[in-house]
Order: sequence, then structure tokens, then C-alpha cells
Amino acid sequence: MSNTALAEKSSVPSHRETVESAVVRFAGDSGDGMQLTGGQFTLATAFAGNDLSTFPDFPAEIRAPAGTTFGVSSFQINFGSRVIKTAGDAFDMLIAMNPAALKVELGGLKQGGIIIADTGSFGERDLRKAGYTENPLEDGSLDGYRLVALDISKLTMEAVKDTGLSKQEALRCKNMWTLGFVYWMYGRDRKPTADWLIAKFGKRPDVAAANVAAMDAGHTVAETMELPDGVHGFHVDAADIAPGTYRTVTGADALAWGLAAGTHLADIKMVFASYPITPASQILHSLSKMIDHNVVTFQAEDEIAAACAAIGASFGGSLGVTSSSGPGIALKTEAIGLAISTELPLVIVNSQRAGPSTGMPTKTEQSDLYQAVLGRNADSPLCVLAARSPADCFEVAIEAVRIAIKYMTPVFILTDGYIGNAAEPWNIPDINDYAKIPVNFRTDPEGFHPFMRDADTLARVWAVPGTPGLEHRIGGIERDYDSGNISYDPGNHQKMTDTRFAKIDGIARDIPAQGVEDGATSGKLAVVGWGSTYGPISRAVANLRTQGLDVSHIHIRHIWPFPENLGDLLKGFDQVLVPEMNHGQLVNVLRAEYLVPAEGLNKVSGQPFKIIEIEDAIRARLEN
Amino acid sequence: MNVVTPPEKLTPKDFATDQEVRWCPGCGDYAILKGVQKTLADIGARPENTVFVSGIGCAARFPYYVKTYGFHTIHGRAPAFATGLKLANPGLDIWVVSGDGDALSIGGNHLFHLLRRNVDLQFLLFNNEIYGLTKGQYSPTSRQGTRSPSTPWGSLDNPASATVFALGSGARFVARGIDSNQKHLPDVLARAHAHKGTSFVEIFQNCKVYNDGVFENFTARDVASDRQIYVEHGKPLTFGKDGEKGLRLNTQTLSLEAVVIGENGVNESDILVHDETNRMIATLLAHMEPPALPVALGVLYSAPGQSYDDEVGDLVRSHTPAEKPDFNKLLRAGRTWTVD
Ligand SMILES: Cc1ncc(C[n+]2csc(CCOP(=O)(O)OP(=O)(O)O)c2C)c(N)n1
Ligand code: SF4
Repeated sequence: MSNTALAEKSSVPSHRETVESAVVRFAGDSGDGMQLTGGQFTLATAFAGNDLSTFPDFPAEIRAPAGTTFGVSSFQINFGSRVIKTAGDAFDMLIAMNPAALKVELGGLKQGGIIIADTGSFGERDLRKAGYTENPLEDGSLDGYRLVALDISKLTMEAVKDTGLSKQEALRCKNMWTLGFVYWMYGRDRKPTADWLIAKFGKRPDVAAANVAAMDAGHTVAETMELPDGVHGFHVDAADIAPGTYRTVTGADALAWGLAAGTHLADIKMVFASYPITPASQILHSLSKMIDHNVVTFQAEDEIAAACAAIGASFGGSLGVTSSSGPGIALKTEAIGLAISTELPLVIVNSQRAGPSTGMPTKTEQSDLYQAVLGRNADSPLCVLAARSPADCFEVAIEAVRIAIKYMTPVFILTDGYIGNAAEPWNIPDINDYAKIPVNFRTDPEGFHPFMRDADTLARVWAVPGTPGLEHRIGGIERDYDSGNISYDPGNHQKMTDTRFAKIDGIARDIPAQGVEDGATSGKLAVVGWGSTYGPISRAVANLRTQGLDVSHIHIRHIWPFPENLGDLLKGFDQVLVPEMNHGQLVNVLRAEYLVPAEGLNKVSGQPFKIIEIEDAIRARLEN
Repeated sequence: MNVVTPPEKLTPKDFATDQEVRWCPGCGDYAILKGVQKTLADIGARPENTVFVSGIGCAARFPYYVKTYGFHTIHGRAPAFATGLKLANPGLDIWVVSGDGDALSIGGNHLFHLLRRNVDLQFLLFNNEIYGLTKGQYSPTSRQGTRSPSTPWGSLDNPASATVFALGSGARFVARGIDSNQKHLPDVLARAHAHKGTSFVEIFQNCKVYNDGVFENFTARDVASDRQIYVEHGKPLTFGKDGEKGLRLNTQTLSLEAVVIGENGVNESDILVHDETNRMIATLLAHMEPPALPVALGVLYSAPGQSYDDEVGDLVRSHTPAEKPDFNKLLRAGRTWTVD
């Protein structure tokens, strides 16, 4: 553990322009190390005390042919001295490591924005591969922008020539040279990155030294060179951030920690069973390292086996957890039905991605809400939660564990590729501030049968194999309400179905009332969101409220069952707008449940909403 | 579970539930149930520590009739449930019960991985060469030409051999029994139970309703002694009414041949001695089919190795600190910074 205390706020160097926030996008070939570069810039920015949000955006191919547009890997960061809620709409600065990156990303750059381009990789072949006939750096097509065209490749080679690296290895330091340059542009400290490089390349001190040298060289060049007109250093004040110990956290890591925190609070073992799939795999990777925290991970042969193993583990008195993305969740469906009918605790994580079928594995979407709430054979209710941000994944995971155990039910956690990969600073909580999660294993044989229920929650008893006197058989065949034995009695099936619904409905009494994030509790328009649309919705609503528009933001964590007051809350608004990264799912569930005239705002491009898109939709409804 | 006082001896009856058994009259499953209940009594199984896990099918109803813990799950996936259960609670004694469709058709993938992982449990495959519960369609073990509702002109595809599949999947214990042979079956099951790792047992089970007599070609009284061989470790592989027949290894063709001792110059020393630790011999035995060769019964292969759950346990133990680790430390590992 290393803890960097923030430096005293330094006075702003006079030649730097102070800005409230900035959006920077690093773009290059898949092999250019843009995700690492972005990750380091994120840390340095966090250390500088800014609030921030990131958006890694990379192709599904591991190594797409070099130089192609579909091989472009990008990393976007929005940081500022104010609260940052999204990774930003249009960017202020674009780093284009090759022509393909420029081609793909230019459309997202603000008019007049800064482009930093490596002329060394704008050769004829590179241009052709990206589909350019003329060199855009030279043909005047970038006149509306502030262009910093440098031969970064050559400058990097020069900077590391004394380290004895091969040409290929030397060229790989390009990203660090560029990072050094951008560090100067925003007045960032290089030390944490230098430390990180030395640790990362522990076995190759020459490579570490070359990377540090490249970064320093980039920094020096930025500091000393005559920058083009309008290009200069910037300064972003530290944000007003609550005191605490911070780290950056991705949704995948926060979710893994949250699940482990949940079983820690319940003081039981977690058996996490999964089968690799993008973008869910990271949760498996993170949990696999937590073996010393009573977490056993199992990479199963497929998603069906993963779900089944998790349920088997829950039968055995551990908490079974399984995770996947849409296609894998589809495979788990039958097993989830068994967990519903045998009333065993289970947490299912769905890191949603663009579909149907394989769709766009690395691109985000929110189109599995129906799958979670409704997507099973027969009447099979369960509980569904959704995380709104990377850090929120931690809280939602604990809540999922709590509900799964208390109600002996499967609980879905919906997250998505965007939240999973995106990072934000996290005020690390103290685990001792969280309520313990009581686990009541039945041990008393007196009057026992496996489907006896808690009068209040309707949860059945958790009786674990190994307990003398509680031997029992459970399974997917309908069970008698009064004995747990198999039963085909018509009245019993009605009663058991009703009970399964009543149990899940009852969770609504055990969750916080639905609040309003921003704005009044009634009025002209409620914008209702769930999951990762939180950032753009909250910024859009906040922006328009300062302009006097009567709009409120409601964000739903408990997707099923809904909080008890949600219907009444929605009925207090003239209009309800539901932005979702799908073709309209929550909106229809709300309409069906509450008969409210909710309208959808839908986007399925694989990219998160832009703030402006939501602002436009709000305006269209309030200003006509 | 630590059992402190020596438990009273249970009888087979103590392992019977109060549930009405719902198999068809005459179904081979009854005999297997009896055999298993006897075995449980013989081995001194503790009901609270024993779990029967099954998939779906007639065979898979089994757990409802055994007075231990039981989990009747979904079609084909029992191995995965059992694996998760074992990871949660390695101390449990788990039996998986499966039909040939359940184990080799929809569940073939899971069975393969169960065997290669070597999870410590007993896997009983009730092979009736038919889908019983869904009313008689042919199964992956049905012989070519099997007429069934879905193959009115006879099935076309080649059948799978359960034991050959198991050996090919890396099983370290492979045995066979017959439902009706109550003298032999409990012994095989007790051996399976004693083996650490996945113990795979194929039990030929007569489906009275949809495939009656399908094993008659080697179980019928008049042919049984010539078409069955009970293999025993360290003993010559002999069969026949008076043990006059034997198996000889043809080293030229690397195959087994049935010979008669005393005929054509064959004497006792020519007969192959069973070595249950030898995977090659086991594989040759598993491949044998009547009428050319007898069906091999008993323990074909037993070569214990470390089980998956044991390895997981070792890994966990080697990473478990003496004191419960501080969760707050986990959250703060890596790069952090403070704001005050
Ligand atoms: C997912 C699924 N697909 C199909 C079925 C229908 N089904 C139930 S049992 C079975 C086959 C049973 O045959 P086998 O495993 O040989 O067992 P037996 O009934 O012969 O003991 C089938 C196809 C099911 N229950 N679930
Ligand atoms: S259908 Fe066949 S296997 Fe199923 S219970 Fe009847 S006889 Fe037994």
C-alpha cells in the first residue's frame, strides 16, 4: 500500500490557462498502450486532486491488424475542479497516435480543440490503411483545430537511444513520451508514473529506464518547445473533495470487493463460479485473488455449469455467486429457475453489453433488463438491482448479498461494460460502518421441514447438509407448502406460486423509498434512469435546472421489486422521460406497473449517452 | 462433521424415506435403490453427511427415496451442482445419480469435466439405453437400429460407451454392475465409495416399459456366465460356467481375445491377470462387447490421484493467514491518496 498525501495547492503558474474541467481522449492502435497511458493519466489526475471519470473504449479484437480503423483503442478522461459525472461529451484534446485514430476520433473533438499527432506514424502506408488519400496533417483539413504535429516516434527513439533497447522496444516507449508531453500540458506530477514503471518492469530495469526517459523527454519538449499559436499549458484547480482515503476504482473491481464485503459481513464463504466472457471476466479475475478472504473461485466449463455450481454451493451453506454477460446469462436461465423454486440464495451479475447474440462485446448497452426481470420460463419472480457508477457497484453488491440471504432468493445485479471498465475516484469506505448480514442456518430438528418460512419475510429456512436431524430432499418439482415433499396438487401450486411472488414483493418494504436525485418531488417532467445513465442524466438535469427548467431526476437502483412509493412519485409529474441504452425496457415496465405515460429516450450505438442528447430531449418536452 | 460418539449402526431400512416410490413396477431402479441402501448401511454412512444429487430422468428421482440430504436439480447438470456443493462443504459425502441421457447427452460436457477434475464423489450412471421419463426415445447409448418413437425405422447414430468415455475423460475409478445382481452391486458401490476422487460406476438398468430385456444378450440366465466377466485385481481374467474361459492379450493386435483353457494349447499362464491400476487394460476391458467378448463387470480401473476439492483445499489453506485478514486493508491495497 502506498499513500500519497496531496501536495499543497500550488499557485498557478502565470503562463497556464486555468480551466474548470477538461476532456482528453488518448487514441492509438491496439498495440500502442493507450489503456495503460490513460490509466496512468487518471492516477496522476486523481493525485492532483481533481474529480474525474473515465471511459476506456477498445475493440473486441485482441490485436486487430495494425493501423486499421477498427483496431483503434481509446481512453477518455474528464477531470475538473467541479464534480465530474460523466466521461465528457466532446473532447478538448485528442491524442492521435496514428491516422486511424485521428480518423475515428476527430468527430468527437470540439471545434478548435487541440490535436496532438505523431507525424512519425503518418507515412503513406499508414494513411492508406486508415483510408486517407491525403495527409490530413498537411492538407489543411484540420484548420479548424489547434494542431501539434510532432514526430513522436523519432523523438522517442532519440530519448531512449542510450538505453540499448532494440528499435522495436524503443518505439514502444512512444506512449510514455506522449504521456510526458500531456503531463506538462496539464501540470501533472510524473513521479507516480515513474514509480509505477519501475515496479512494473522490475525484471527489465533497462525497459523501465527507457520508459521513464521517454516520459521525461516528452515533458521537456512540451516545456521548452515553441508551441503553436493558442496551445499552452492548462491548470485545473483541485476539486472540493470530501476528506478521506481515496483510490481509483473500476466497476468490475468495486463489484468484486462489494461481493466479498457482503459475504464478509455475513461471515460465510463465497463460492464464485463463472465462465470467461467480455466484459464480465474482470470480476472473476479480481475475486480469484481474494482467496485469503474466504472466497473460492471456480472457472466452470460453461455458464450453465457456473450457475449450477453456484447454486450447489448455496445448497451447501456458502453464498453462490455467478457472473456473465447477456449470452451467458441466457444459458444460466434454467438453473436460475431452479434457485427460484428451491428458494436458495444466489447472486447473478450481468455485465451487460451490446447485443443480441455476440453483438458488440466491448461496447456497452442496458438491454438485459427484460432478461433479468422477466426472462425465464413460468412465473419466476426474483430481485433485480442496478449499479449506477463504478463506485456504486460496491454498495449494490452488498445490498444484493443482503437480500439474497435474507429472502433466500436469486438476486440479479445489472452493471454494464461502461461501468465495469470506467474508473472514478472512490472515497474508500470503512467496512465497520456497514451493518452485519445475519445468517440463520437452521439446526433445530424440532418441527422442521425444508419449506417452513419466516412469517415476516416468507424466506424458507436454510438447512445445510451436514446438520444432523435436518436431512431433506429438495428439487425442481413443485413442493408441498406444508411439508416440502413433492406435490402436484393444484391448490398447492397456486399457493406456492402466490407465495413466491409475495416473498419477492415483500422486499419492497425492506428497501429505501425512492428518492429524487435532483429537483422537486413533483412537477412538469421527471427524467427516470437506471444504471450507468446516471452520469449524463444528472449532469443534464442539473444544467437545465440552473437555467430554470422544471425537471427532476429520479434514478432507480431497485429495479425489481420497485420501491413502494415509486408509482405515487411518478404520478406527481406531468411527463416522465426514461433514457435508456436499449430500445425501451424500463419504460415499458413502468408503464405496465403504474399506467403512467412514460416515454422512452433510447440509444443503442454502443456508446454512452452524451449530456447534450439528454438536454435536447428534456428541452423538447418542456419548451414546446 | 466431527462425529464424537460412535453412531449406532444403521440398517438399509434407515435409509428409506416415507415417500412413495414412483417408478414403474419391475423397473431396474428398484433393485439399484435397494443395493444403494444396503451399501450405505454396510459402509456406515452418516445420513446427515450424505447427499444425493441428481439431474432429470427416471433415474434422477432417486434422491427422493434415500433418507439423507438430496438435491434433484436440472437435466444433465448434476455434476456441476455437486462440484459447487463440494467446494462449499468438502466434508460431505456426495453421490450423483444420472441416466444415460442425463449423463451422456445433455450432460456429456459436465460429466467430462467432472471426471477430468476428479471431484471426490460417486457418480452412478443408470444405463437403460433409452430415455425413460420422456417415454422411450432412443438415447446416446442405444444400439444402432433401436426403434423408438423418434426413430421408427431404427436409430442411425453410433452408440457411446459410458466406460470408454469415462476412461477417455481421465476418470481414475471406473466400475460396472448390473441392477439385478444384488450380490455384486453393493461390493462395487462400496469400492466406489472407498475411492477418493470421482468414482464412476455404470449400472446396467432394465427399463421395463420402454426397453425391456435390452441387456438379455448378456444377462439372460443361459448366456450370463459366457458373456459376463467379473474382473478382480490380481486375479486371472477368467469366465464361463467353470472358469474355463479366459482373456488373452494378443500382443500383435493389442487386443483381447477370448480363449478356452486347455484348448488349442492355451494354458492358465496365458490368461491375462487383471491389474486395475492399468489404464490400458481397463480400456481394453471397457471396449469388450458380446457376443465376441464378455461384458466386463466389477472394478475395471482404480488409480487414485489427488481430487480437485483437495487441491482447492490445499490452496486455500496455504493462503489463509493465521488471523482473519482485515477487510479494510484489502480495500486499501495499491495506490491510495488522502484528502483532508
Ligand atoms: C432442459 C431439459 N430438456 C429436456 C428435458 C426432458 N427430459 C427429461 S428426462 C429426459 C431423458 C431421460 O433419459 P435418461 O437420462 O436416460 O434417464 P431415464 O429416464 O431413462 O432414467 C429428457 C429428455 C428436461 N427435463 N429438461
Ligand atoms: S420408464 Fe423405464 S426407467 Fe422409467 S420408471 Fe419406468 S421402467 Fe423405470
